[in-house]
Amino acid sequence: MLGLAARRAVYLVPVLLAVTFLTFLIASLLPGDLAFAILGDQATPETVAALRHDMGLDQPALWRYLRWLAGVLQGDLGRSYRTGESVLDAVLGRLPVSLELMVAAEITAFVVAIPIAILCAARAGTGFDRLATGIAFAKLSIPSFMVAILLIYLFAVQLRLFPATGYVPFGEDPLGNLRSLVLPALTLAIGEWPVLMRVLRSDMIATLQEDFIALAKAKGLRPRRILLVHALKPSSLTLVTVAGINIGRLIGGTVIVESIFALPGIGRLLIGAIYTRDFMILQGVVLFVAAGFVMVNFLVDTLYALLDPRIRHGH
Amino acid sequence: MAISEASDVAALAHSARPRAAVGKLFWLAAGWIALVFLAASLANALPLPDPTRMELLDKRRPPNATHWLGTDGLGRDMLSRLIHGARISLTVGILAPLIGLMIGGALGMSAGYFRRSAETVITGAVDVLLAFPPLVLALAVTAYLGQTVANLTWVIGVLSIPAFTRVARAATLSLAEREFILAARAAGASELRILVRELLPNVILPMLAFFLLAVAVTIVVEGALSFLGLGVPPPAPSWGSMIGEGRESLEVAPRIAFLPAMAMFLTVLAFNIVGDTLRAITDPRQTAL
Repeated sequence: MLGLAARRAVYLVPVLLAVTFLTFLIASLLPGDLAFAILGDQATPETVAALRHDMGLDQPALWRYLRWLAGVLQGDLGRSYRTGESVLDAVLGRLPVSLELMVAAEITAFVVAIPIAILCAARAGTGFDRLATGIAFAKLSIPSFMVAILLIYLFAVQLRLFPATGYVPFGEDPLGNLRSLVLPALTLAIGEWPVLMRVLRSDMIATLQEDFIALAKAKGLRPRRILLVHALKPSSLTLVTVAGINIGRLIGGTVIVESIFALPGIGRLLIGAIYTRDFMILQGVVLFVAAGFVMVNFLVDTLYALLDPRIRHGH
Repeated sequence: MAISEASDVAALAHSARPRAAVGKLFWLAAGWIALVFLAASLANALPLPDPTRMELLDKRRPPNATHWLGTDGLGRDMLSRLIHGARISLTVGILAPLIGLMIGGALGMSAGYFRRSAETVITGAVDVLLAFPPLVLALAVTAYLGQTVANLTWVIGVLSIPAFTRVARAATLSLAEREFILAARAAGASELRILVRELLPNVILPMLAFFLLAVAVTIVVEGALSFLGLGVPPPAPSWGSMIGEGRESLEVAPRIAFLPAMAMFLTVLAFNIVGDTLRAITDPRQTAL
């Protein structure tokens, strides 16, 4: 089992290297000179040349990449050109907010998706099943920023139950913290549940055809027990994988949701860096997010293989 | 939110709708798309006010005789902005997946047909590109390139290549060993001829179905970027930026945000329904059931 994890980890190295290279490429080789962008109106040929020299931009790209990579490997992602803040500090300082939001959203999505999926599977083809799958299909056409606007209109403008924007740190006021996260987390969860529900529903319908379910029925077990105890566990493997794969989309959604609800997470850091042309922060966030995404996918893949013997043995 | 979402739509719809309703829904959806197309292409010929002209004394007017859908927070005509906004949504929404369709299609077919090192290199590159959360990459790259319709189209188009590559490769793999390919090869056809004359006609239909689903996703991505103020720059109207601007007026005139949201929802839903119906028709596994 550890051998398998190790083999997968070896595959991780070239992918992570490619990710750093592509991130660097985006930041360095695209048209538009960084020095011009920073100096703006005050750019004269001399100041640009001086700044380019200071930043090492007059050196070959490959050399700059290797130097940057060496820094990254030592935990040095550079400093913001604007504020002088270390990129690593900036990212790590905002990460907890984004993580809290994503975890809250994912839990909510599971809480909504699992019961609906079980009910749909138990009554496949009935009116309830059609309604739920129909709503899920329509939901895929409603982007998260639209959901956010609707939720703000309903719960902040009309009912005045939750704040429309703003963030309260957990340390200051735990209840206020949760209140400020309700709408953002709900927005993300509404985007996630249709996907989770669909996977669990179809897996459960397949499981319910298996012989051991027929045996359980023949033994006279109650339907609820069969659904929740016998059928749910073997049906939830794909659910775990899909939840992992969807983290990429969840990250994209987090960027949007954080900027709508003014939450100080990495999504907002990214958008802020784009508005202010803070390329070091931008490069750092993209690298961090992409590397994190690769690692999470690796963990999910490995976990899945450990859970399912068929994959472990390469069938 | 990426092109990969299109496969979610496809998979979800597998079991989603009752078969009997597909016909009517399909035509309704196709009709809506045709209507939006027509309005968008005739936008300049229609007797509409300038979508960027502000009448600050006429802010947030409800629908009336001169402004059929009212005016927005800066006194601009909503109907005119909606119709001109459709141009941007459709331009980016169709051209970007077209880039993915052509490049991804060629790469995927080559990977599926030639196998060996071509396949290793192509699938490896695709895996790396898929390692980036697409929206984050789109945001970062448009920030560098500058916000124009052309740049948005290219960025989203390039980001859609991996998904199309996968679809084309899978479709090609299932055909490459079939008798008619062997027959063509035995008859002395060149590789290029086999790819273009034998494989392409069989791969193109599932690709087109996927293309329509990708249009739906692209409209959403363009909308999200414009909503954040990082898409098409103002004052040009785009559904996404209209929703973003309407947010300010949510308390007094929710219509300003809800009208473009409705237009976008209906259009995306229509592309999803049409694309999914086509997919169901062209997918032999589905029809065999």
